[in-house]
Amino acid sequence: MELNVIITGVGGQGNVLASQVLGNAAVYKGFHVSIGETFGLSQRGGAVMSHVRLFKEPRYSPLIPPNRAHIVVGLEPLETLRIAQDHANPETLFIVNSRPIYPLNVIAGDVDYPDTAWIRQVLEQGGSRLYWLEGTQLAIELGGPIMLNMVMLGALCAIQSFPLETKDIKDILGEIFPQSKLEVNYRALDMGEELISNYEN
Amino acid sequence: MNRISQKKGGTRMLLQANEAIARGALEAGVIFAAGYPGNPSSEIIETLAKASRDLPIYVEWSVNEKVALEAATGASFAGCRAICSMKQNGVNVVSDFLTNLSLSGTKGGLVLVSCDDPGGISSTNEEDARAFAPLSDIPLLEPSSPQEALDMARWAFDLSETINNIVMIRSVSRLSHSRSDVQVKDLPDFDVQPYFDTKVSFHTFPIVAKHQARHEKLRMAEELFENSPFNFYRGPSRPELLVIGSGCAVDYAIDAIEIMSLWERVGVLKLGTTWPLPRKLLLENLQKSESILFVEDVDPFIETNVKALAAEAARQVGVKTFHGRGSGDFPLCGELGPSHLLEFFGNYFDLDWKDQEFRNKMGSLTKGKIPPREFGFCPGCPHRGSFYAIKTALAWDDRDGFVSGDIGCYTMGIWPTGFNQVKSVHAMGSGSGIACGYGKLEGFGFDQPVITVCGDSTFFHATIPALVNARFNNADILLVVLDNSATAMTGFQPHPGTGKTAMGQPTQPVDIAALCESMGLEVHVGDPYEMKETARRLYDLMQKQGPRVMVLRRKCALVQGREGGFPYDMHVDQSLCVGEECGCGRYCTRIFRCPGLIWDKEKKKAMIDQVICVGCGICAEICPQGAIKKEAKG
Ligand code: SF4
Ligand code: SF4
Repeated sequence: MELNVIITGVGGQGNVLASQVLGNAAVYKGFHVSIGETFGLSQRGGAVMSHVRLFKEPRYSPLIPPNRAHIVVGLEPLETLRIAQDHANPETLFIVNSRPIYPLNVIAGDVDYPDTAWIRQVLEQGGSRLYWLEGTQLAIELGGPIMLNMVMLGALCAIQSFPLETKDIKDILGEIFPQSKLEVNYRALDMGEELISNYEN
Repeated sequence: MNRISQKKGGTRMLLQANEAIARGALEAGVIFAAGYPGNPSSEIIETLAKASRDLPIYVEWSVNEKVALEAATGASFAGCRAICSMKQNGVNVVSDFLTNLSLSGTKGGLVLVSCDDPGGISSTNEEDARAFAPLSDIPLLEPSSPQEALDMARWAFDLSETINNIVMIRSVSRLSHSRSDVQVKDLPDFDVQPYFDTKVSFHTFPIVAKHQARHEKLRMAEELFENSPFNFYRGPSRPELLVIGSGCAVDYAIDAIEIMSLWERVGVLKLGTTWPLPRKLLLENLQKSESILFVEDVDPFIETNVKALAAEAARQVGVKTFHGRGSGDFPLCGELGPSHLLEFFGNYFDLDWKDQEFRNKMGSLTKGKIPPREFGFCPGCPHRGSFYAIKTALAWDDRDGFVSGDIGCYTMGIWPTGFNQVKSVHAMGSGSGIACGYGKLEGFGFDQPVITVCGDSTFFHATIPALVNARFNNADILLVVLDNSATAMTGFQPHPGTGKTAMGQPTQPVDIAALCESMGLEVHVGDPYEMKETARRLYDLMQKQGPRVMVLRRKCALVQGREGGFPYDMHVDQSLCVGEECGCGRYCTRIFRCPGLIWDKEKKKAMIDQVICVGCGICAEICPQGAIKKEAKG
């Protein structure tokens, strides 16, 4: 058994923390886990991508081979689109936050940020299923854009083929967040889960 | 309690490979750790520093890598186990000491960890630090998974004490920053009594005899390597193709073999001990196949050495066809990835490996419409203000001035985020050293003004000697210290100016301005957020001669964000903004490039991205119309 999940976004979106939380929860559930992270300069607004791989047997490659991601969690639309061609396949399921973070070259007017409706359409045609979520909006309501990663993990846990539940994530959050932050993160997970269960297409 | 300092073993936990190296060192009873921050190595010392709250160990961020290794060596000479970690560039810095240390030998187990950065993901160079193992005749271990990183780190100290010499562990970014479930063992009691035995001494004389002894130690290591569990073969007894390699590349090979169902046809000899090479083991395995593929990052290190071995033993192992980076089958530069392996096997065995149909479909759907994401300073970053002031001052001066750069977040001054002001970047401290050269060219008619920049951590690491040189030789240099009170690039580690040690103890901070004054330099202190004022002062300083220093002080925006945040709520009064009409077109967003200040496509005016803007307020100063408004946060 092998399940490959990519979490992609922009530095500062809590991408690495999300993969770490996911990995910890999976290890508690008895999975062998291998996570590869591309950061580095990413802290400065660059693209960040985490490869989270769950296995029944120990396997170590921290990178998902080309076009073998089962699920892509996109914290930012453009970054999701960027990795789709190399990492997705016709069976890939996308869970994507719709709110763009504009690259500096877009801000400066050197290039255009593609229309998000178009990104949505391409992802819809590319993979097997797309959940296009107003995640940032929800995160802001919960207390700030930084809650987005937990919202998206909640959404991921609502996916049938994904073997972890929000409860598994909640069980390990105490190791990562101080007591005072737990409640709001629990809520973010629950609300993310609801985004999927109430999703209308 | 921190998991890394958990006394009992037996549990399986998710660890990053750097954390696993730290845990392995603790399981070996390390009581002394030193290093200098640098991606991708920093988490090793950070992890140990956290563990020092629960365990009787000493951990420091040293002023630079050389001092770090020297300090760790002191602990080794006193009989303690010690570890020292750094990125590949750090090994260059320690190399002078290292090549001498390996002659004198060590006492308590001493391990040097180099985390290399194939592809230079967060470095100024791409370098394979493994070359330092043969250069200094020291054993080299290369883990390929977090579990192995832990096991190797633990064993490396035994090896070091067996041969009485330093041992090198080499990781790469991909491994250092990967996480996987790892089985930990018990921690020991850490009950060492440091003692320097004055009956022995550690030096390099007589040199040739010590050199010979060093080779003898290597030979002992090789013998141990022949039976090491870190080397193993997996595959059929006579594979059509034998893969030999180290590190993550081996895991990619294994993945590719699984995907293409090639276990009947391909064998893998994974090497964890790569210098000296276990020759017997290699000769035995080389006989298995006529065709050999080397997989490793970055240089063809194993490849070159195994080829030499195979040439020597040609009668025994037969003639081979070699494949690898050195043989031109993979690129000679850059990081190896899963697709390299799949593509090679695909071509070699004539198998289909990629979903070309899907790729074509996505390619035609997205064609050319995916803009790259440019690197830039964070919203609120003081460097944006500093470079804006520098750019302004150099433009006023109008003699084609430029910036001699250095290493840190502000290296990005080479890009539009720093207004392309920085024209050279090399090693730590080199910006000032190079500026010493420009600073002596006036007599030959050179009159371009040069500003050199360095961060606070870089200042301590390697800029000081260049400044002393400037004073000594009376060079005309203007150094701007971008003092953001952190080693920001690598994750905000404390340094000599911060008043705090790696273990969180308060310490007397070294005052950069006072230190420069004591050298007899002209010193000024300013605020990078006061961009116009700073530009004016820099302009004045540019008109003077001799060594001058301007310290621009402001906390790294990410640190400020954690420690109380920023004062302003920002908005753009779009009725005042002239948009496309402004300074050759939307001046603020085109030039200033703060990710928080964006372009409203519909209204064709600037606007604030409230999710991104932190509220530092400095962009208000740049709008000629006064349309960017700041209000104190309510
Ligand atoms: S981490 Fe700090 S110093 Fe580096 S770019 Fe961001 S704000 Fe600037
Ligand atoms: S106030 Fe201006 S310069 Fe500061 S973060 Fe916000 S948009 Fe950027």
